[in-house]
Amino acid sequence: MNARAWVLGIATAIATVATVLAQGFAGLGTDAEGFAIPERGKALTFPQDHGSHPAYRIEWWYLTSNLTGDDGREYGIQWTLFRSALAPQSGEGWSSPQLWMAHAGLTTPDGHFHAERLARGGVGQAGVSAEPFEAFIDDWSLQSLNMGGDAYDGLQVSATGTDFSYQLRLEASGPLVFQGDKGYSVKSAAGQASYYYSQPFFEVAGTLKLPDRDVNVTGNGWLDREWSSQPLSETQTGWDWVSLHLDGGQKLMGFRLRDRTTAPFTSATWIEADGTATPFTDGALTLTPLEETRVEGRDVPTSWQVQLPEKSVDVRIDAVNPMSWMSVSVPYWEGPVRIEGSHTGRGYLEMTGYGPED
Amino acid sequence: MRLIALTAILAHWRRKPGQLVTLLLGLALATALWSAVQAINAEARASYDRASGTLGGSGFETITDPAGPIPIDTFIALRRAGWLVSPVLEGRILVGDTRVLITGLELLTAPPGAFPVSPIGGEDFNALDLITPPGLGFASPQTVARLAGSREIPRLRNNALIPDGQIITDIGTAERLLDREGEITRLTLLPDQPRRIPPLSEIAPQLRVNAAEESGDVGRLTDSFHLNLTAFGLLSFVVGLFIVHGAIGLAFEQRRSTFRTLRALGLPVRDLMLMLLAELLIIALFAGAAGILIGYLIAGALLPDVASTLRGLYGARVPGTLSFDPVWALYGLAIAVVGALFAAGQGLWQIRTMPLLASAQSRAWATASSTSLRLQSLSAIVLIVLGLLMPVLLEGLIAGFAMLAGMLIGSALLLPVLLSAVLSVGAKFASGIQSQWFWADTRQQLPGLSLALMALLLALAANIGVSTMVGSFRLTFTGWLDQRLASELYVSVGDAAESERFQAWIEGKADAVLPTITVEAQIEGAPGEIDGVIDQETYRASWPLLTAQQNVWDRVAAGETALINEQLSRREDLQPGDTVNVGADWQLEVGGVYSDYGNPRGQAIVSLALLEQRFPDEPRLNFAIRSDNAAALASAMRDDFGLDPANIIDQASIKEFSLNVFERTFTITGALNVLTLSVAGFAILTALLTLASLRLPQLAPAWALGITRQRLSRLELLRSVALAALTFVLAVPVGLALAWALLAIVNVEAFGWQLPMHIFPMQWLWLFVLAVVAAALAAFIPARRLAATAPADFLKVFSNER
Repeated sequence: MNARAWVLGIATAIATVATVLAQGFAGLGTDAEGFAIPERGKALTFPQDHGSHPAYRIEWWYLTSNLTGDDGREYGIQWTLFRSALAPQSGEGWSSPQLWMAHAGLTTPDGHFHAERLARGGVGQAGVSAEPFEAFIDDWSLQSLNMGGDAYDGLQVSATGTDFSYQLRLEASGPLVFQGDKGYSVKSAAGQASYYYSQPFFEVAGTLKLPDRDVNVTGNGWLDREWSSQPLSETQTGWDWVSLHLDGGQKLMGFRLRDRTTAPFTSATWIEADGTATPFTDGALTLTPLEETRVEGRDVPTSWQVQLPEKSVDVRIDAVNPMSWMSVSVPYWEGPVRIEGSHTGRGYLEMTGYGPED
Repeated sequence: MRLIALTAILAHWRRKPGQLVTLLLGLALATALWSAVQAINAEARASYDRASGTLGGSGFETITDPAGPIPIDTFIALRRAGWLVSPVLEGRILVGDTRVLITGLELLTAPPGAFPVSPIGGEDFNALDLITPPGLGFASPQTVARLAGSREIPRLRNNALIPDGQIITDIGTAERLLDREGEITRLTLLPDQPRRIPPLSEIAPQLRVNAAEESGDVGRLTDSFHLNLTAFGLLSFVVGLFIVHGAIGLAFEQRRSTFRTLRALGLPVRDLMLMLLAELLIIALFAGAAGILIGYLIAGALLPDVASTLRGLYGARVPGTLSFDPVWALYGLAIAVVGALFAAGQGLWQIRTMPLLASAQSRAWATASSTSLRLQSLSAIVLIVLGLLMPVLLEGLIAGFAMLAGMLIGSALLLPVLLSAVLSVGAKFASGIQSQWFWADTRQQLPGLSLALMALLLALAANIGVSTMVGSFRLTFTGWLDQRLASELYVSVGDAAESERFQAWIEGKADAVLPTITVEAQIEGAPGEIDGVIDQETYRASWPLLTAQQNVWDRVAAGETALINEQLSRREDLQPGDTVNVGADWQLEVGGVYSDYGNPRGQAIVSLALLEQRFPDEPRLNFAIRSDNAAALASAMRDDFGLDPANIIDQASIKEFSLNVFERTFTITGALNVLTLSVAGFAILTALLTLASLRLPQLAPAWALGITRQRLSRLELLRSVALAALTFVLAVPVGLALAWALLAIVNVEAFGWQLPMHIFPMQWLWLFVLAVVAAALAAFIPARRLAATAPADFLKVFSNER
């Protein structure tokens, strides 16, 4: 999982929509009454598990991509579809308790564009089908190219905002990677967990449309899939998450859950270039903030030291654009980073739970 | 020393508790009226800001299908093409015997502010309750109360900004209530659309985009109303300050000997001033606090009427309940202190400049010198002239009110001069010593009474002006209603299909059927509407034309000219013969101008055939129907044809409704009128009380010469009545000028139409009686006191300094 739950969890219910989001997307209370709960050892099956799981409270399809334009500049894009269930049923029509929210982001070294979409389930404005695979909301979509093999071997993604849009083609050069214990990812010492798998091996190509120009881009992509009903414990206050593409072909996923009562809970997965994954439990990874940037009245750490001694990883990551703020219903920071130190490469950083008073 | 001095100064109030009460009451009243008006204005403005036309999603462009409801699939097709639209399902249901408008919005896609955000008086709601059966609705407290206990509707929460008779709820709940699954009445078009979305014609060519309802202008429209209230509040405050001035002046006057003694004992003048200032501050704060409390109560009592006025007149939603704002209270206190200082300024200055050993003899009067009278009349004339010039120099409502202010203050200043002139003429014609003395003595009292009389003049003039305006308005309005609503029934149908069926059904059942179509248009670049009408005798006979060309109806029928409303004519300066732009590349000659009270927008009338030629897809949705048996026809429409009763309106109920709105509009004006007049009466009372105790030295010689005390007190009463009567006579022309300014200038600026002025002498008579009675009542107490004054007190005048 990445910080996505936190994206939604820090909601303060100001507007009605935010109230709904707070109760829906961020319905992360510890009671999971009526909702299914992840079980250790349950094998994931495909293509069904590429689709949605309405019996679980929350779920997402989360794509990030580090790109280089034909102008030589660095770019990053984010495409996320969240599903939130107010009750563990699906259903047709307006009264379906399934709600959808999507975020699209486009980051350049000196600009950051974002958009948000909200939709009710049950009427066809948003949804996810497993076969053929398509996740969509309005005119945004992430859909299978149907290249044979796994649905996630080839995808295309598109999103449009008032001042930007992008359309990209993604082809996987490696297998799906299961986080934690074969996809069962523990999120706190108290045992909260989620189902979590990724496709970190996308080769990406396509076009970004910016207000003043179109740019052709190529790069790497990382897709996360996660669903759960009670992913976080009550005392956890925020989340810092990284997905790193190292120049040697290896990948590193790591996160740090900040806790108001104890030291942060950390977790990491080291992925070899062939897709072999090694999970690391709490304490193996350290994430240390180095520099903060003032964004929207909040101090957000946009440079970090990332250390995983067991894999001799000791790198510094710096935001390509420290102002990559997603000013959506429940705001958070998300953007591309550069990697230097024991390893080099590019990746994505996401941080939530940094309130204005922090 | 200082403590003793302070005690000595304050002891005055213990001896004269009545004076203290007068002072406190005067200041409290002044503060109260002013604060009440401020509170009402603030509450109304705050609610405009809250609503700003977005509740329920009005104020945005909409997409509709002229042929009927839009299927959900079309909504999905638009969303999936990138169009940011939000569905609205709307319809009426009957709950018990109450007809309720159900507005179903989709809360995730609706524009910000469209969905009732924080239900007033409701606890937090659960999102699941909102979107799953039985659902949750929001309605005005009145509607919630009326529908309490009905089982057809979902649980309701109060929201004072929603119109009566409407429930705003989730679209899913609306679907079930209206039994219209899968239907959408209209789509709200969000303002910021993504770049590069395919045109509507490619996705759903049958749909069309409609301009936003004009509702963002509520603030501007209601400005005139609030300015009116503010002017009234200010007037009351000024009148209240007259009372304060009188009371403080009296208190200072009576303490002259105390001040002299204190100064003689060595109290520095600075300390004395500081003590008096402190005393004033304490009184002002105390009275201010009381005033705020009274003001809050007055505002609370008047707000429901103001709310209904604003709703009726402008469609602006204001909750009928008042919330307390500390800033407003502080503002009220400040105005009380400033007002008190202003009113006491003259007295304080006199004490500061008083020679140490000045006579402690009260200066009961000082005949105004001819120089100061001349100066006063000069400034009065300058003010009046400036006021009259205002409409030429300035633009808008402010000009109208500046003119009123100049005229009123100028006339008030002129009053003592005119009264003095009248009294000296009176004295010339007086025969007999007693009568000569009466005239001369009255004239001598003028300076002491003039402030109170000015207050009376202001109150009377405002009263005459406002009631003339209201009366003229009422007379014109009812006449206009009779002309404008000549048909017996007004019917609207839902869509083109129903329109066809209705026209076939009504054929032969009524004396005449007058179909109209209404098209939203940019008239001279501003949002307005064009109505298409047929050539029919009803229009020729009764349409309220103000000016028109020859054979105008023939020319309209021939499609040669358009009629425009007075608002448009005035705003764009269009007269018959000019050309009006009624849309992109569509110009028509103006054939005539008609009065259209209460409509803030520009409107044009053209022939139905011409409009249908321009807008061939526009269905005929509205019909005016002439029938001798309207009631039977209406029930046939309901029962046989199955028309929604909400869509049939009979002439009588529109008239009743309109007049109702009208009456309520001016309730508040009437209330403020009465309050101002009472304050003015109170001002006379305080002024007379002040004078009464000071005038003993002037009355004593008259008494000594043989005029009995009873006779003296009767003369006092007579004098007061005579002065009030004279003031009234002078107030009449001022009031009429005020009414004229209100009708011809303020109205035109505020609403866009002018009203003919009617005069109501019977009202004046009533007001005259009221003014005389007020003056007599005010003079009664001092006169009775005079009659009961012990002869020994009169004698004292001759023996010492009292």
